[in-house]
Amino acid sequence: MHMLVCGGTGCRASASDMLYESLKKEVQDNNLENEVQVVTTGCFGFCEKGPIVKMIPDNTFYVSVEPKDAKELVAEHALKGRKVNRLLYVDPTNKEQISDSKHMGFYKKQIRIALRNCGLINPENIEEYLAADGYEAMGKVLLEMTPEEAIKVVLDSGLRGRGGGGFPTGLKWQIASKNEADQKYVVCNADEGDPGAFMDRSILEGDPHTVLEAMVINGYCIGATKGLIYIRAEYPLAIQRLKIAIGQAREFGLLGTDILGSGFDFDVEIRYGAGAFVCGEETALIHSMEGERGEPTFKPPFPAQSGYLGKPTNVNNVETYANIPVIINKGAEWFSSIGTEKSKGTKVFALAGKINNVGLIEVPMGITLREVIYEIGGGIKGGKKFKAVQTGGPSGGCLTEKHLDIPIDFDNLIAAGSMMGSGGMIVMDEDDCMVAVAKFYLEFTVEESCGKCSPCRVGNKRLHEQLDLITKGKATMEDLDKLKNLSNVIKDTSLCGLGQTSPNPVLSTMENFYDEYVAHVTDHRCPSGVCKDLIRYEVIAENCVGCTACARNCPVNCISGERKQVHLIDQVLCIKCGACLEKCKFNAIAVI
Amino acid sequence: MELIKLTIDNRTVEVEKGTTIFHAAKKLGIEIPTLCYMNLKDLNIEHKPGGCRICVVEVEGRRNLAPSCATECMEGMVVKTHTVRVLNARRTVLELIISDHPFDCLICAKSGNCDLQSLAIKLGVRDIPFQGEKSTYKPDFSPAIIRDMDKCIMCRRCETMCNDFQTVGVLSGINRGFEAVVAPAFERDLDHSECTYCGQCVAVCPTGALTEVDHTKNVIAALSDSKKTVVVQTAPAVRAALGEEFGLEAGTLVTGKMVAALRQLGFDYVFDTDFAADLTIMEEGTELLDRLTRHLGGDKEVKLPILTSCCPGWVNFFEYNYPDMMDVPSTARSPQQMFGAIAKTYFAEKINVKREDMVVVSIMPCVAKKYECTREEFATDGNPDVDFSISTRELAHFIKSANINFNALPDEDFDKPLGESTGAAVIFGTTGGVIEAAARTAYELHTGKTLEKVDFEALRGFDGIRSASVDFDGVDIKIGIAHGLGNARKMLDDVKAGRSEFHAIEIMACPGGCIGGGGQPLHHGDSSVLRARAKAIYSEDESKVLRKSHENPSIIKLYEEYLGKPGSEKAHHLLHTHYFDKKSKQVLLD
Amino acid sequence: MTSVKLKLKESDVQKLKEVAKSFNNEAGELINVLHKAQEIFGYLPAEVQEVVAQELNVPVAKVYGVVTFYSFFTMLPRGRYPISICTGTACYVRGAEKVLDEFKRILKIPVGETTSDGKFSITCLRCVGACGLAPVVMVGDKTYGRVTTDGVKDILKEYDTED
Repeated sequence: MHMLVCGGTGCRASASDMLYESLKKEVQDNNLENEVQVVTTGCFGFCEKGPIVKMIPDNTFYVSVEPKDAKELVAEHALKGRKVNRLLYVDPTNKEQISDSKHMGFYKKQIRIALRNCGLINPENIEEYLAADGYEAMGKVLLEMTPEEAIKVVLDSGLRGRGGGGFPTGLKWQIASKNEADQKYVVCNADEGDPGAFMDRSILEGDPHTVLEAMVINGYCIGATKGLIYIRAEYPLAIQRLKIAIGQAREFGLLGTDILGSGFDFDVEIRYGAGAFVCGEETALIHSMEGERGEPTFKPPFPAQSGYLGKPTNVNNVETYANIPVIINKGAEWFSSIGTEKSKGTKVFALAGKINNVGLIEVPMGITLREVIYEIGGGIKGGKKFKAVQTGGPSGGCLTEKHLDIPIDFDNLIAAGSMMGSGGMIVMDEDDCMVAVAKFYLEFTVEESCGKCSPCRVGNKRLHEQLDLITKGKATMEDLDKLKNLSNVIKDTSLCGLGQTSPNPVLSTMENFYDEYVAHVTDHRCPSGVCKDLIRYEVIAENCVGCTACARNCPVNCISGERKQVHLIDQVLCIKCGACLEKCKFNAIAVI
Repeated sequence: MELIKLTIDNRTVEVEKGTTIFHAAKKLGIEIPTLCYMNLKDLNIEHKPGGCRICVVEVEGRRNLAPSCATECMEGMVVKTHTVRVLNARRTVLELIISDHPFDCLICAKSGNCDLQSLAIKLGVRDIPFQGEKSTYKPDFSPAIIRDMDKCIMCRRCETMCNDFQTVGVLSGINRGFEAVVAPAFERDLDHSECTYCGQCVAVCPTGALTEVDHTKNVIAALSDSKKTVVVQTAPAVRAALGEEFGLEAGTLVTGKMVAALRQLGFDYVFDTDFAADLTIMEEGTELLDRLTRHLGGDKEVKLPILTSCCPGWVNFFEYNYPDMMDVPSTARSPQQMFGAIAKTYFAEKINVKREDMVVVSIMPCVAKKYECTREEFATDGNPDVDFSISTRELAHFIKSANINFNALPDEDFDKPLGESTGAAVIFGTTGGVIEAAARTAYELHTGKTLEKVDFEALRGFDGIRSASVDFDGVDIKIGIAHGLGNARKMLDDVKAGRSEFHAIEIMACPGGCIGGGGQPLHHGDSSVLRARAKAIYSEDESKVLRKSHENPSIIKLYEEYLGKPGSEKAHHLLHTHYFDKKSKQVLLD
Repeated sequence: MTSVKLKLKESDVQKLKEVAKSFNNEAGELINVLHKAQEIFGYLPAEVQEVVAQELNVPVAKVYGVVTFYSFFTMLPRGRYPISICTGTACYVRGAEKVLDEFKRILKIPVGETTSDGKFSITCLRCVGACGLAPVVMVGDKTYGRVTTDGVKDILKEYDTED
């Protein structure tokens, strides 16, 4: 029997590593070492209910397991074969306990290709990857196929880059393969930087070998013998597991010289990002790998012509790579049977925000936002009303109720005023102010702009300032027009993808929530009650029982009132933190 | 050569493959504005970061606007340079840049000569719709260059000059986003960096972010002090460029008008740095011959090649980067400093003026000269040999402010004796000139024969690194020339590694030599201006009767009356110097 | 510069030089070397950058340009207990800003700075990928999930006794 314990960052933050130790200890104490293996795996995706423990072979799926539950799990499930019912997932709609994850709403509509091994194998053990058909695709390509044949499979599969741009992967490989050079490079972009996206990290943490395998295939196809993985330094676990994987692959002769006797040499090095979102752009990434400031340069020349150290370089993102071995193994036809006409396969999304089932999901292209939010995501948290969903991170836009039924793919999202991006999907409810959301994204862009081109450097700063004025009720209707023109010019003139998309959150919220903008400007009112300068907290006298909870919790002591007397908020001192509202049990604080 | 046909603003144009839209448009006479692009063709410097986004144009079938400076023409491309979309974008981007720029044009040193200002005028910007935070930085006043980064528009031209061309590496883009700016390490002041004050950053800055320290007011104060005798010297490259400030075509020689203007401004003696250039040849040439003779005689101790030492930017560069080779350059002072030393001794005695009552002003194409004249070794009891150095640009401003109609001035001659010079001296102003002048004199002194053909064409030109052999009556003298500090570095590295075969090397910090100095009228990216100035310099040389330094009668007289012979003890005391290890000094400073 | 020059520990400088050597003193390895340097010294003061510049033979201005470009590099020493607040979108919509404000208010320092006793510093970081626990705060390597403004005091209290 196997006990799979999620070792993803999310679950580790809830002490899954301690849980792992406790389970091991219990197994030992019960002398079950020969029967039960406790295994740390990559992310299961269902982060909302972490830490997760899954029993193999009976597929029992335990949620929110704490270290103290280890004793019972081993004593009951492992020893006696009885399920620990209190740790099973409860379906929120019918309150039924579900033991096998495949019957859970969260997993039902998912198809896991890129995430196929995450939560199934021990990422630190190459033998488990090999047992899951690992390196089979590489062997097939290296020993049985010409580079052209392999590229053709990728081309025919219709796979498009998962990093955001959606450029056909096979075409990219083909271009790089045709450029002659004494040295070429294959680069894996693992500098995931969208705020609210963590799919690449999960893959690297849960299934690092799949990326290495794909990079070898990529190298063989374009004629590169060197691979570089550019990864965020803030991903210590992913880095650690990658290093282990590289070591093991070298040991097994799957990296290095004359791989599998094919005569093909390939090895991989790790390069560290240092916290710059713009380095997700491939030219910036390459400059960063060269030890320079991560400033993008004009394309052409494309990296496929002149990239790392001036040599032809193919850059693909982690998720793109994770698809490659499966495509080779199962064929282009199989892959292209999934998805929509122009977007094949699946897409991994990091589902987060005001949603019940926060987590990492992989869904077929063409699924609707409604299915994702209500079936997989389990609907809006706290029974609130859905307001918008933001896809594509800071480069994307906010989609609304009216977009819920469009099939998700690269082109539909762009047509709807957003984009696929790397796969962040943030759900917002009625309490979210869309002007404030746009401002939040702009704040991010302003911080992350490299500063090289003027529209992005100054323009985004001005956009942010304008939005700030709006949230303070200090803007005019004329400013809204200026905002729109400025947004369009920034998109039209910026040097790289960052600036060309940074106004999207503004434009899409203006498009879909113009009323909210107008309310801020003309009525000096924030309909969602978020913008501090436009709201005030007041005590509703008839509801206040004088419990003093608000006054005791006010960080600036601006609430006065005797016990059992109606309290009063001093508006001059109030910092509008909302603590009183949170603490009041009598509905006696209102946002006005 | 593959040709490509495309349409720009409904007109067809054929260009070479690889040409950018910007240049293709130029071919049709369409000047697309830009603030960051710079193409100094004659120097092989092309700076196209594609950062300002002013030069955007519409390309049919393209989603967004294309930066014309970086976008290559394609067969059948349809380009529009002034659609409503383009004009709106261009104006908006310009408004954004201005929104982060001070509005103090009236009192800016660059007013009237600022690319940003000119563009705002051209596009008729009348208000800035997006008021907001402006970047502010601590101004940096070094002895030669002022950095006021509030005015920086991130064109990054200075960075390219400082790093790629000069390899000085003092300036770098720092921070990111709205906070991004160009600065020395740790945003320290330039005088705490390895800055050579070559001024090439100033020469290419499109705004008032980088300017020279203005000493005009000190000069005016000296001129209005009746107790002071004010002596002025003008460097050779100034006369070949000053006219540009008065609307004259590049390459117009204005020597006579310049002298007249300086007299009108009230200088008591209008002298010529060319005189000191001739003197430099006497000293440096003697040193060269001495080292050469010893070398040819088999002396292993003697250091060759000998490097010229006229250029203060180069000397600074050398002191920071090659402190272990300080015995290689000539010990001869620069002409500016030789002039100062002679003016405040020999000439002061002649006219019976006390040293402290004499003020020596130099007009230089250079900003490093401002620093050079403050070096302690060039002062006696705290009184500097050269009191103030002002640039060609500052002189032009001074003349304008004095209401002098420059172009209408009659030609006048320099005063004597320190105004007399030969053709060899004037070519100091352009790359290769110093070594050519030295060759003319050294040849005659070494061989004892008369040099019939004084023009050493092989030493002329604009290539960054040049080499030539000069036949000294059977002995081949190998000469190297470098201009630009990046080229100088290559030469020096060769010398250091023992790979150099040269006997003598001339080095100038600025592209083209002094004619391309950091204090010259701005070329605004048109490097053909430099060639025109060089041509003017050579034409003045040709027009001179005397073209060899040792034939200058005033120089001969100076040695007879005062110095004895070249390399004498007195000459050494007044006309030679020594160098400092600034690398170690830098560490002490911190 | 009027500021006092920092005296680096000779053994640390030696370590850094060995790091540079292990990267063949190549200029292209600047970022890798800076990562290691920050591991050794905890931060990257001017003096460290000068050593790096010298070892890799690149202008110190360039090193500074790179250090100031990447948010992971810091020229200020972090607190003994560095507090990082995730300001990724998921955390933002679940109230990260209020949590951040509360840390700033209690510690009386802005983001990016360290308390005068050197105990705490505040930084913001992008998504740590624990969105299920939003809003997330990290103190050193320890992760706190579902942090509320009230919870801030309790988190800080944990480090009271540790001095």
